[in-house]
Amino acid sequence: MLLVNNEIVEYCEGLTVAEVGKRTKPDADIFIVNGYPVAASFVLGDGDQCWLVKRGESVSADEMRNLLYARHTPGVQARLQDAVVGIMGLGGLGSTVALALARMGIGSLILADFDLVEPSNLNRQQYFVDQIGLKKTEALKDNIGRINPYVRVEIIDQRLTEDLIPALFADVDALVECFDDPVMKAAALRARLQHLEGVFYVCASGMAGYGSNNEIKTRRLYPGVFLVGDQESAAEPGQGLMAARVGIAAHHQANQVVRLLLGEDTENKQQ
Amino acid sequence: MKIVCNGTEHQVAAGAKIVDLLKEFDLAADTVVVECDTLILKREDYDRHELREGSVVELIRFVGGG
Repeated sequence: MLLVNNEIVEYCEGLTVAEVGKRTKPDADIFIVNGYPVAASFVLGDGDQCWLVKRGESVSADEMRNLLYARHTPGVQARLQDAVVGIMGLGGLGSTVALALARMGIGSLILADFDLVEPSNLNRQQYFVDQIGLKKTEALKDNIGRINPYVRVEIIDQRLTEDLIPALFADVDALVECFDDPVMKAAALRARLQHLEGVFYVCASGMAGYGSNNEIKTRRLYPGVFLVGDQESAAEPGQGLMAARVGIAAHHQANQVVRLLLGEDTENKQQ
Repeated sequence: MKIVCNGTEHQVAAGAKIVDLLKEFDLAADTVVVECDTLILKREDYDRHELREGSVVELIRFVGGG
């Protein structure tokens, strides 16, 4: 049995993806099998999942949803789709984490920030010139909708505190700390450790400047609790926040969230 | 007396508090999460929580930027 564009198709030995395409979608010129693009001559195996796409063609909403995740390993999507992830702070880290998680098809995102989009944010944050002056929560929700309209987005438009965090994020599967202020970073980790047992947590410290890529590490602090960054590079006069290195840290965070949601509570491959 | 901080042995004065340890490392108390003898301390306890002989302390320090 094969799954072709989400329809069940009978399997027979030696069948190529092009032959399946002739029957199901004759104009297809992109073939994706089990999350990986293949040539038309690719010979299918029993149980394979295929996506047949015509380059540049616009698609129905249902197809769109499936195609968004066609490049993902089968089986992963269902678990991500059920997840609720909170993001605290929507600057260089938070806006980038949010878009990565949205592209990967996390089911629900809760976005928290009190600030507005400013020109000085655009060097590293995922907003646009025509969004200057908008609330970051609203602007980011809009941007997510333009990439993946199937993510449910809830927004919290207020300044968070150590006392508010446990109540606001009691029901999330994972919480990502993306604050700029080190005082809030410490406060939020305390809130998680004291009141949010069982919530996966990924925080960050040290990603300013253009230091080495490889100094950005993901450390496991406690079960389900991770810290990303080089632990040293503070944003300060003479060492600004730059898109690439903040982006490295943000994507460490986003990948760690995905790992935790998929049952990988480790720093390294084997531990 | 001897304590262990982030895996390394340290000598501190008898009766030293968490806040004294943070000062010694030149850390701003508000930017640090403190675990002392497996307990996560509240921020208001940093000033009064006394270290004991053999206390095991983990300091998780944050720098700004995000």
